[in-house]
Amino acid sequence: MFRPRVIPVLLLKGEGLVKTVKFKDERYIGDPINAVKIFNDLEADELVFLDILATKEKRLVSLDFVREVGEEAKMPFAVGGGIRSIDDIKNVINAGAEKVVINSAALVDVTFVKEASNTFGSSTITVCIDISKNFFGKYIVKSYSGFQIKNNDPIYYAQQIERAGAGEIIIQSIDNDGMMNGYDLNLLKQISSSVTIPVVALGGAGNIHHFREAIKSTMVSALAAGSMFVYHGPRKGILVNYLNQEQKDILRYE
Amino acid sequence: MKVAIIDYGMGNLRSVLKAVESLGGIPFITQKQRVIQESDKIILPGVGHFGKCMQNLKQMGLIEILNKEVLEKRKPIMGICLGMQLMMEHSEEGDVDGLSWFKGNVIRFHVSDKYKYKVPHMGWNSLNYIKNEIKHNIRNEYYFLHSYHVTNVNEKDILTTTVYDYEFVSSIQKDNIIGFQFHPEKSHLQGLQLISDFLNFANV
Repeated sequence: MFRPRVIPVLLLKGEGLVKTVKFKDERYIGDPINAVKIFNDLEADELVFLDILATKEKRLVSLDFVREVGEEAKMPFAVGGGIRSIDDIKNVINAGAEKVVINSAALVDVTFVKEASNTFGSSTITVCIDISKNFFGKYIVKSYSGFQIKNNDPIYYAQQIERAGAGEIIIQSIDNDGMMNGYDLNLLKQISSSVTIPVVALGGAGNIHHFREAIKSTMVSALAAGSMFVYHGPRKGILVNYLNQEQKDILRYE
Repeated sequence: MKVAIIDYGMGNLRSVLKAVESLGGIPFITQKQRVIQESDKIILPGVGHFGKCMQNLKQMGLIEILNKEVLEKRKPIMGICLGMQLMMEHSEEGDVDGLSWFKGNVIRFHVSDKYKYKVPHMGWNSLNYIKNEIKHNIRNEYYFLHSYHVTNVNEKDILTTTVYDYEFVSSIQKDNIIGFQFHPEKSHLQGLQLISDFLNFANV
């Protein structure tokens, strides 16, 4: 029986972890290395770290940080933040990451994804696509580096990324970020049925029922979440948590 | 216990290294013939492209050494993912010959619905035990990440199969040679147990 991966996505700002709502209202969560230790004990499948300021500040995610995570983490982890050259990828991988997450640099030039997958193998290259609904309710790809996207249709872009050879795509809903009331199933359905590489769902998951909904009604291959794994209870107390074995089993399917 | 982890010059071998270390082995990530000869066990890890990996092994002059250590000296060797595939006769990936330690070849997943069954097969899956050599009373759930799998394997060499759209061979063994299509080093406790078994496996 196949079970999709369940992936905590942790946002890095400076040296600390934060969590956002709709990409805003950052709240301080805690020390990232401490979180890694807890996720080790909880047997998380893998982790994703995203440095949310790196691209804006025109720098690469801290390699010292990647090394620190690498020393500690028992599970594979991916790192994103300001990755825009083959050297950047080499450095992040050598520092201990299993995969890199490319976002802005893929929007600027999709051939970078191709070059990256040819150099490091598809399974090392993950592309994250941030999507939001515009005024007319249409899904559009968003850029946070100020880059003007020529064709902002998410399906068109996801297929371009697939052709470029990426190993998987993280589909992140900006509108659902931090809301914890479920994934944007419609969006996930559209994209996961348009590409043949694994799609990771991100944005909106608040509990395991949201995971099950996504498995049942879309073709996503992995379930990612931020808030769900750092908050506890209706008042959103900070508590790093993960699925237990029984909950993992609920996600299995033929 | 010295464990030589063969470095093809591709990808990140951190998780294999950490797994061996945590079990008390002394891992060496290496391309050096002498380190391989002096090791007690060998791991062929699973990162990269079949064609390129065989080419690298050739260029590093490691094929003869591996044949000698594994086939003549019967040193225990564990292949992980691509490392297991390299042990076969031939692969579609790059259309090149492998080490030919097992009968059989490597083909790409031919799924019935390419949107439903994404390739690579990436995630957790269970093993159907054809033999009980690697069966443990821990969770039957292992981490897979691959686009190709082995086929036409001798039945007596098959340890387990796994289902992803259809049934494929997910681990094989012949004497001192064992191969896992999944990643034991990324499969929590149940994976570590298999690596521990391998480290404790005595030379034949």
